[in-house]
Amino acid sequence: MPNPKRRHSKARTSKRRAHDALTSTGLSECPNCHERKLPHRACAKCGSYKGREVLEVKEAN
Amino acid sequence: MRHRNAGFKLGRNTSHRRALLRNLVTSIVLEDRVETTITKAKAVRPHVEKMITLGKKGDVHSRRQALAFLQTREAVTRLFDTVAPRYGDRNGGYLRIVRTGFQKGDGAEKAFIELLGAEAVLDEKRQKRAEVREKKREELQKALAEQQQQAGEEPQA
Repeated sequence: MPNPKRRHSKARTSKRRAHDALTSTGLSECPNCHERKLPHRACAKCGSYKGREVLEVKEAN
Repeated sequence: MRHRNAGFKLGRNTSHRRALLRNLVTSIVLEDRVETTITKAKAVRPHVEKMITLGKKGDVHSRRQALAFLQTREAVTRLFDTVAPRYGDRNGGYLRIVRTGFQKGDGAEKAFIELLGAEAVLDEKRQKRAEVREKKREELQKALAEQQQQAGEEPQA
């Protein structure tokens, strides 16, 4: 079986990982409750979208 | 050219897919709003619109065509009597799809698809459901309180 001939340096590892960063999700603000929400989706917090469209939001008991 | 216009297969064979879409269309016509995955919502939209077009025509032939697609007679009646008349002056675009979140388990994106002009009915329905839930909760609390009282009395006697 083929095997690595030489040890991989830490620098090499970090150089490879330099491009592995994740981008953060773009979030928009809910105009109703000012919570951060995903754009083009109903707000999970208050259930509103475009003024209306209230979904059933479970209240914490 | 209809390149890259493949549509949605939904991981099903033809008959399974047709059955699913017919069921969904029937549910939308009957309930005004259905919660499903975003892909299914997008896939049923054209079918619902075709049904509404039939409903707007309103003749016997289109009624039979609707009967051939929709699963129940009640759905056809509702389509022709209450749904289609809402859209007299509108050429298509009878539905609204709103993304609502992600499904637990497989992470599929959920959305609801609803008929335009059904907002008032839906709000009313929601209010009624909320009232029923409130009543149930109160009754439960009452029952719980009674149980606790009984449990409290027994050890004394």
